[in-house]
Amino acid sequence: MHRRTLLTGAAALASVPATSWAQPAKTKIVFWHAMTGANGDEINRIARDFNASQSSVELEAIFKGSYPETLTAAIAAWRAGQAPHIAQVYEVGTGSMLAAGPAVKQVWQLAQETGLKIDPATYLPAVRGYYSLADGHMASMPFNSSTGVMWYNKDAFETAGLDPEKPPVTWAEFAAAARALKEKWAVPTNAKAAGPEVMATTTSWFAWIQLEEFSAIHNLPFASKADGFEGLDTELKFNSAAHAKQLQMLLDLAKDGAFKYTGRDNTPDPVFYSGQAGIGFGSSAGRADIVRNAKFKWAAAMLPYDPAVSTQPNNTIIGGASLWTMTSKTRTPEEYKAVGQFLQFIAQPENDALYHQHTGYVPVTSGGFEASKKQGYYDKTPGADIAIQSLTRGTVTENSRGLRLGRLPEIRNIVYEEVEKALQGQQSAQTALDSAVQRGNRVLREFEKSVRT
Amino acid sequence: MERRTIFPGTAFPIFLVLPQLLLTVVFFLWPAGQAIWSSMTRADPFGIRTQFVGWENFQDLFTDPLYMDSIGRTVVFCTSVATLSMGVALLLAVCADREIRGRGWYRIMLIWPYAVAPAVAAVLWILLLHPQIGLVGRALNRHGVAWDYKLNSTQAMAVVIGASAWKQVSYNFIFFLAGLQSVPKAVIEAARMDGAKGWFRFRTVVLPLLMPTVFFLIVVNFVYAAFDTFGTIQALTQGGPGKSTETLVVKVFRDGLINLDVGGSSAQSVVLMFGVIMLTALQFRFLGKKSDE
Repeated sequence: MHRRTLLTGAAALASVPATSWAQPAKTKIVFWHAMTGANGDEINRIARDFNASQSSVELEAIFKGSYPETLTAAIAAWRAGQAPHIAQVYEVGTGSMLAAGPAVKQVWQLAQETGLKIDPATYLPAVRGYYSLADGHMASMPFNSSTGVMWYNKDAFETAGLDPEKPPVTWAEFAAAARALKEKWAVPTNAKAAGPEVMATTTSWFAWIQLEEFSAIHNLPFASKADGFEGLDTELKFNSAAHAKQLQMLLDLAKDGAFKYTGRDNTPDPVFYSGQAGIGFGSSAGRADIVRNAKFKWAAAMLPYDPAVSTQPNNTIIGGASLWTMTSKTRTPEEYKAVGQFLQFIAQPENDALYHQHTGYVPVTSGGFEASKKQGYYDKTPGADIAIQSLTRGTVTENSRGLRLGRLPEIRNIVYEEVEKALQGQQSAQTALDSAVQRGNRVLREFEKSVRT
Repeated sequence: MERRTIFPGTAFPIFLVLPQLLLTVVFFLWPAGQAIWSSMTRADPFGIRTQFVGWENFQDLFTDPLYMDSIGRTVVFCTSVATLSMGVALLLAVCADREIRGRGWYRIMLIWPYAVAPAVAAVLWILLLHPQIGLVGRALNRHGVAWDYKLNSTQAMAVVIGASAWKQVSYNFIFFLAGLQSVPKAVIEAARMDGAKGWFRFRTVVLPLLMPTVFFLIVVNFVYAAFDTFGTIQALTQGGPGKSTETLVVKVFRDGLINLDVGGSSAQSVVLMFGVIMLTALQFRFLGKKSDE
């Protein structure tokens, strides 16, 4: 019995070289991502389509947890010499990845080495800018990009006597709408006795939408040195009078019950789509969830602006993630070429358009946008192009290109902490921002030291 | 008298303890050594540039008022969790330590929460207490109590203490029940004949005999509250609002795994490690002395 197993094993071993000789082995590449739910299924679809589209490369997509978990896993794997070929890294991790030196192969290097053509000009400037070096070379591959938008409940607007077709355009109009919603819609009698709490307005991603996007729209620096693009010795600048005024407005609304803080990052998302908020700021990528869950009429609008700060609102900046090519000692040129092929595949207009329409992320190439237009996607689903309009408004300046700050996730966290203190009435808007800037600068100095040594 | 078995030679004894030594080295000494080493370096997340900085990370830590706040917060948190969970467990154990109908079921129900994973327990608490979706949270708000632990530091602390203590009650209950059952019946009966009643009898007779269990549980509960509550806190509040529920272990996780500050995070781990070593030493001294007497 034992001997027979051994013999079969030997036979199997012997047959391996024969088969691989008969049929050239596919180059296998691994892709680590952080997408869950519908967006996770979408990644698997892309992997299937890519594998079916050609015969030389086989891509395996593996879910690795949340964005921070995926990044941590990729770093640990690189240190152990086991890095995936491609890692999906959230936009705020870009600063850290750029400092990763030999651990990554930037897109322009990959294109040069493999001879594959990857033209930065085909990407939307607001997307490309975030992932490019100061000289215009692309460092990572734009993949899932979204931007901050204002979701609003049309039914609530009608009840509150607001025009559902005219969402607030300025922050002053927003404040007025918030107060109207509070007076006429979010009143206890309107909520079912045992129903959930109803609030006028709320926001997801406080740090991103109310500070980072606010800076970009009004062409204010979030940090010095062109938001960090021009040097590691950058310092945070988001404690200006304009920023403090914005935060103070939200604090005042919160005091009057016309705005409610419901958590960090995207945890407030369900508050809007379950119908508990009249206005909810969030990522355009929340669209799929809203479509699936909202039992009311809703629409999206661009983030408001403050005409007292800037009469010419600029483009918003992106959120989401990009794809980084990672290195390993044992990696062959064929494998890098396979990675390049995949990056080319996802950038093709029809693939980009499909991904955009399935998820609510924006098309990252102008080709993908044009293809969606030609297919009549925006006529069928009005408002789906709000995010693109928002990203392409005005001209990209050094304050609206994106942020290039190391350990930005930590800085966002500091912002949450200080804002939460201010919302509890423990400090004023200006103090909160001053202290966030001061603590954030210490983090930037630590980062600077750690990558300079 | 103790019985001792003496093995001839040294090879065989070494062989016998080898598996245990190996486990200790691989799972404790090696990682602990690594932590001590990286606590004295400054490195980028990828470990490409590593620089030896000596005590600098520790200096940064102890001159950072936020870290000192975190230590104070952890002490408050641990004390509250230990007191609450041990108090409730002792009460329940005293109630269970007598002839009542359905005693078996009662005990099983009390032990149950111990088997619930911390993150799952936290989700259950969220479903109860969340100000917008929670059953109790919503009811409180409807009745005019401004309940919002996501934006109220005191409420947030109360929630994480409550949730953490709840999970540990079962464990303490088992030990207290065993402790109570090992109190000799003869002693209690003697006290009863002397006329000692209820609370007085408990305080003067039962509690002193229960003291070894109490000491043991104090140490275990502090270690539990300091380390094993990470999942609960992370799922409930992520250390917020502000920093109001950020205990030391939550901070280690945040600095190490999210902020990718390996050196600073390792220094914090080393500080925590010395905390545990001290607690354990204290326990050995205390309990060792007790059993020597």
